[in-house]
Amino acid sequence: MLPFALGMTELPLTALLACPVLGALLLGLLGHYRIGADLNVAVSAATTACALWLAVQVARGATVLAYDELFFIDSLNVFLVTLTAFVGLTTSIFSRPYMRIERDQGRMTGPRMRLFHAMYQLFLAMMLFALTTNNLGVLWVAMEAATLCTVLLVSVYRTPAALEAAWKYFILCGVGIAQALFGTLLLYLAADRVIGSGEGALLWTHLNAVKTQLEPTILSLAFVFLLLGYGTKTGLVPVHHWLPDAHAEGPTPISAVLSGLLLNVALYAILRCKVLADGALGNGLPGRAMVVFGLMSVLLAAFLLHRQRDIKRMFAYSSIEHMGLITFAFGLGGPIANFGGLLHMTMHSLTKSAIFFAVGHAAQKAGTQVMDEIRGLVQISPTVGWGLMLGTLAILGMPPFGVFASEFLILTSAMRQLPWAAPLLLLALAVAFAAILARVQPMVFGETNVKRLPHPPALVPVFTHLGLCLALGLFIPPFLVNWYMRAANLVGG
Amino acid sequence: MIALLTQSINLFAAILLILAFAMITQRRVLNLVHLFTAQGLTLVAATLDVGYLTAQHHLYVSAAATFALKVVLLPILLHRLIGRLQVRWDVEPLLNTPLTMLAGILLVVFAFNLASPIAALSSSIARSTLGVALASVLLSFLMMITRAKALPQVIGFLSMENSLFFAATAATNGMPMLVELGIALDVLMGFLILGVFMFQIREQFDSLDIHHLERLRED
Repeated sequence: MLPFALGMTELPLTALLACPVLGALLLGLLGHYRIGADLNVAVSAATTACALWLAVQVARGATVLAYDELFFIDSLNVFLVTLTAFVGLTTSIFSRPYMRIERDQGRMTGPRMRLFHAMYQLFLAMMLFALTTNNLGVLWVAMEAATLCTVLLVSVYRTPAALEAAWKYFILCGVGIAQALFGTLLLYLAADRVIGSGEGALLWTHLNAVKTQLEPTILSLAFVFLLLGYGTKTGLVPVHHWLPDAHAEGPTPISAVLSGLLLNVALYAILRCKVLADGALGNGLPGRAMVVFGLMSVLLAAFLLHRQRDIKRMFAYSSIEHMGLITFAFGLGGPIANFGGLLHMTMHSLTKSAIFFAVGHAAQKAGTQVMDEIRGLVQISPTVGWGLMLGTLAILGMPPFGVFASEFLILTSAMRQLPWAAPLLLLALAVAFAAILARVQPMVFGETNVKRLPHPPALVPVFTHLGLCLALGLFIPPFLVNWYMRAANLVGG
Repeated sequence: MIALLTQSINLFAAILLILAFAMITQRRVLNLVHLFTAQGLTLVAATLDVGYLTAQHHLYVSAAATFALKVVLLPILLHRLIGRLQVRWDVEPLLNTPLTMLAGILLVVFAFNLASPIAALSSSIARSTLGVALASVLLSFLMMITRAKALPQVIGFLSMENSLFFAATAATNGMPMLVELGIALDVLMGFLILGVFMFQIREQFDSLDIHHLERLRED
């Protein structure tokens, strides 16, 4: 790498990682004051600015190393960094009025607000660390830390259900992440034979350079452990049990970032490991394993959707379905399926967090998360109602929203590469469509039973996300296409 | 002397395996903490041993950190937690003892089979113990699954972390220092969060029995 390139990346990278860490410290002191929510937005905005700065710096697409190779930036992770920082910002904007209403209703207190704000920033920081680090051990540490940050946020309401959800989240993700650690260990063992021991043997760029020489026996076992471990955090069936509970019982901003961001980061970890395992094995086994897990997740989640009564649980199952679809796409491999997977990651993040924003306000208006008791949202507040309706249509893959484009790409490549899987996917998508639409329609239209909120809801984040999803469904600018294509190439076949 | 030390790694591995079996059948919470402390001590001894034999000095640092965290700090915190929460009484396992033992033996056979091709490829002096390490990890899983109370589950979680550390020492002479420190930090942070969390459960249910936690169902 050229020396000037190092300086140009290290500065925005340092700022990117420092913003949320310092923000967490600051909010740990001031988070319980009214200004805490504004500070949260300000820190997130600064993080987003740094992410964009970084993205511009590395826009030409080369892999850039920083800090003695401890961090690296390429097209794949810089796109997720930008997405993470952006959704982190909009969620902080949403949480400002949302958490204020929760506090007025007595569900949040001063110390809990401080915990919420500080942990929110720390959670974002850990995800950004996980995305930018070059060291697979540090990636594991950051993923585990991100889990720990959110455990106390899931249980923040201290209700029995919230405590149960958080306990399940901690134990199941703890077991999952331990499997990932064992996988990382095996990876290190394989690297040790080629590179020699020391820090260098866990650096992804070093491993990638020698991936064809890594011992296949060790790598296949390592990939199984890594897929199961990080797959637990991605919410893949059959290790998904924590996900619906954690999404339903935590505060809605946390549901939005868990669904929109954490699942993506865990999948990113799987992708990095898949590249190495593919190189070492050369027989497409990792891809096939991902196809199987992805397909199981899509099918099971789609058929469980219609049994849900809680609105946040239903959309949590929808997240499992979509993460399954993305895992399936990357499992297929090849430039088009990878492109579809990356596009779907973006679209799902934007749309699902927008839905959770609308759902959060809808549940506050109705005073419940039970779907049968939420009726006629459009009559009292057309914006929240339409936000929920449009978001639902978008996530169900209706054109012209961007989810349609990405699902279309994934389906067509499935038809070409794995013809027997395509009807199963179509069936699951149809079942999900019927189940979700039948639930959401009476909630939005019809006789109303909801009340007005004491503070105006945050609608800017909802419609910004849906607007972006619509815009990308209609037209993807060429620079973005190039960016995605470079990232898709990095994931490989 | 060297031969003796090399042999003693196998001894430590055997002790770890016995301790893991003792943990899955032990019903008193306080004894579980003692077993956990003994496990930590064995881990320290094994790490020092491998460190001396391979002249890898970073393993001494790792052993010191393990000693401070897993032999001193965590047991003290666990004792305090038990005292404050008054949970010295017996634990009701979900599976009876003979059945648990049988499942444990099957797990050990499975782990040895899984680890043998990998161990053959490792260049570490302690490679023959990789199977034991994997077996301990799986036994800790079993403990977490079969226990109904929150505290034994946490001890199961911590013992799983111990077994993973042993696996790292056995297979690769320890992970890089940066990673080990990060893992230690995560364990400590996780334990502190769990401590806070158990008080919340206690406050809400007046018991640490996670059977109370079954309102949320699978679907």
